Amino acid sequence: MSGESTYTPGNGFTRWLDDRLPVMRLVNDSFVDYPTPRNLNYWWTFGGILTFCLAVQIVTGIVLAMHYIPTTELAFASVEHIMRDVNYGWLLRYVHANGASMFFIAVYIHMFRGLYYGSYKAPREVLWILGVLIYLLMMATAFFGYVLPWGQMSFWGATVITNLFGAIPLVGESLRTWLWGGFAVGDPTLNRFFSLHYLFPFLIAGVVILHVWALHVSGQGNPAGIEVKDPKKDTVPFTPYATIKDAFGLVIFAVLFAYFVFYNPNGLGEPDNYIEANPLSTPAHIVPEWYLLPFYAILRAVPDKLGGVVLMFGAIAILFVLPWLDTSKVRSARFRPLYKQFFWIFAAACIGLGYCGGQSPDKILIAVGDGGFDVTDLSRILTVYYFAHFLILFPVLGLIEKPKPLPESIAASVLPAKAQEKPAS
Amino acid sequence: MKKTMTMISRAVSLAAVAAVGFTLLAGAPAKAAGGEVEPIDMTWSFEGVFGTYDRDALRRGYKVYKEVCSVCHSMQYVRFRNLAQPGGPEFSEGQVKTLAAEITVEDGPNSDGEMFERPGEPKDAFPSPYPNPEAAAAALGAVAPDLSLMNKARPGGADYVYSLLVGYEEAPEDFDLTAGSYNKYFPGHMIAMPQPLSDGQVDYEDGTPNTVEQMAKDVTHFMMWTAEPKLEQRHRMGFQVLIYLVALGGILYFAMRKVWADAH
Repeated sequence: MSGESTYTPGNGFTRWLDDRLPVMRLVNDSFVDYPTPRNLNYWWTFGGILTFCLAVQIVTGIVLAMHYIPTTELAFASVEHIMRDVNYGWLLRYVHANGASMFFIAVYIHMFRGLYYGSYKAPREVLWILGVLIYLLMMATAFFGYVLPWGQMSFWGATVITNLFGAIPLVGESLRTWLWGGFAVGDPTLNRFFSLHYLFPFLIAGVVILHVWALHVSGQGNPAGIEVKDPKKDTVPFTPYATIKDAFGLVIFAVLFAYFVFYNPNGLGEPDNYIEANPLSTPAHIVPEWYLLPFYAILRAVPDKLGGVVLMFGAIAILFVLPWLDTSKVRSARFRPLYKQFFWIFAAACIGLGYCGGQSPDKILIAVGDGGFDVTDLSRILTVYYFAHFLILFPVLGLIEKPKPLPESIAASVLPAKAQEKPAS
Repeated sequence: MKKTMTMISRAVSLAAVAAVGFTLLAGAPAKAAGGEVEPIDMTWSFEGVFGTYDRDALRRGYKVYKEVCSVCHSMQYVRFRNLAQPGGPEFSEGQVKTLAAEITVEDGPNSDGEMFERPGEPKDAFPSPYPNPEAAAAALGAVAPDLSLMNKARPGGADYVYSLLVGYEEAPEDFDLTAGSYNKYFPGHMIAMPQPLSDGQVDYEDGTPNTVEQMAKDVTHFMMWTAEPKLEQRHRMGFQVLIYLVALGGILYFAMRKVWADAH
C-alpha cells in the first residue's frame, strides 16, 4: 500500500544524498506522503503516544543512570540523592517512574484497540506478533526497573518472580541460582538487572522499527476494518492530517501524564517501596505494579506453582497465536454484533483479574456462613474465562456470528454521499 | 435514533470500564489488612494544586522532631543545609550553622591517619541516635524506623502519621495486649513505640498551644517536608506545565480543525 514513492529531492545535496542513502525518501514516504485511512479515530493516536513514551523513558533513564548506583548498599540512598540533591532529579525520577505507568496505560489502550477492530488479522499478523513481542519486552524492562530503587517491594517482588523459575522441573533450581548470580536476590542480581534494564529499551526500539516497517507494508487498519480501494478517496496524506491529530492526542495524554508527575507522583506506586529493602522483613502483601496485576492473579489462581507459572506465561503466549484463533472474516467489532459484546466482557474480565491481583487471595467477597466466595475463587473463574475467550469464543464466534453488512468503502463509511465525489487534496 | 442509542450504550460501557479501572487503581494502594482503622482525614496546607508548606509549622515540627523523635529515630537523608533551602523551614544560613554546630561528628582520617571529632557543619546529615540498627534494637527492643521518608512509606501518608501520633488509647477490655502499647490506627493495634507526645512537652517559642494534637500536626507537617522537600517547586512547575499544555492543546485543536476542514 505504500505505493510508488513520490519523493523528489529539492536541491543538489538531497539529490546527491538520495542516490547514496535515500533516508530523506524513507522519511518522506513513511511520515509525510504515507497514505492514511481517512476514517481513523482517536484510538489510532496511541501509536504515536507510545513512541513518545519510549523516548521519554530512554532520555530520563539515561540521565538517571548517571546518578544511580547499582549496589545493595547504595541503591536506595542514591535514589534519595537524585530526589534531593540532583538538579531537577525529582522531576526526572517522577517522570520516569510514572512514565512506566503511562507507557502501560497507552499500550493497553493500543492493544485493546487492536482487539476491538481486529487489527491482528491478515495481512497484519506479523505486525501484531511484533507488537506482542514489544509488550513482553516492556514487561521485562518494567520488572527490572522496579527492582532498581531497592525498596521493600523491589526486593520482594524480585524474590517472588525469580522464585517462579525454581518451579521448572529438573533445571529450575540451577536456573534460579544462575539468574540470581548467587543463592538469593543480592548484589549480583541488582547489578545484572540494572544492566538489562539499560539494554532492553534499545531492544524495544529495535522491534518498534520492525513494527513500524510491518505497518507500512500492510498499511494501517481502520475502524471500518476494510482495505483501501481507491487511495485518492479513502486515504489522506500522513502529514498534515495524521501528524496534527496525533499531536493533539499526545497533548491530551500529556495532561494526564503531568497530573500524575506533578500532583500525584506516588499514587500509582506502593508506599512500601519507600522502605529500604530488608531481606529479614517480609511485607504483609507483596504486590507487583498495577500493570502486572492481572498476570499475578492468574499465577495465584492455580494451586500448583508450576501450573501457575505455565498459565501466567500462557496468558501472554496465547496472544501470539490470536491471528489464527479468530475465524471471523470481518475485522471490526462494529460489524460483529456478538463479538462486540464479548469484547467488553473480556475487558471487564481483565480489569477483574487486575483487581484480584491487588487483593489478598483469601479476602472474602461474598460471605456465606464461615467461608464464602473469596478473591481466589473469583481469580479462578476469570482465569478460565480469559483462556476461554481465546480458545473457545474466538474460533466459535466467527463461525456462528452473522456480521452486519460492511460499508462499500472507507470513504463511504465516513463521508456524506455528496462529498465522496470530491477527492481529498 | 438507533445509532444514537448504540453510541450512548457504547459511551456508558466505556465510562463504566474506565470508572471500575480507576476505582481499582485508586483503591489498590489503600487496601487494608484486617483490623485497620481509616486514618483521620486532615486538611493540610501542602495539599492541592497550589499547596505549600507552612513555614511556622515546619519550624515547630523541627523542634518536636529534634526534642522528641530524634531520641530514638534517625533521619539520615536530611542534612542541616536542607533547613535553609527554599520550600522548607527556610532557617537563615546563620541559624543552620548554629544548629549544625550543636552536634559532634567523627571525621577523618587526618594526615596522621587519625580519626578526629569536629563540630557539625551544614553539609552533615541529621545525627542518628544509634550507630547501627543492631544497637537500636538492643537499646529499644526494636529498630525505630528512619523518619526521612515516613510520610511516603505508609498507606494514608500524612493523615496516617498524624492519626498514629494521636491514636494512643487504653486497650479495650477484650484486647490481649502482650507487649508495647495500644494504638487505634496502627495495623493490628499493638505498637512497639510508647506514646511519644504529651501535652506541654515541647516549648513553642511562637506562643502556639503545645497540645498533643498541635505537636502531632506540626511534626507530621515537618516529616512531609523531609519526605518531599521539592513539593513546592513541583506544584509550581506543574501548574505552569498544565497551562502550557492546555494552550498548546487549544492551538493544535483549531489547527487540526482547519487541516481536516476540507477532508470531511
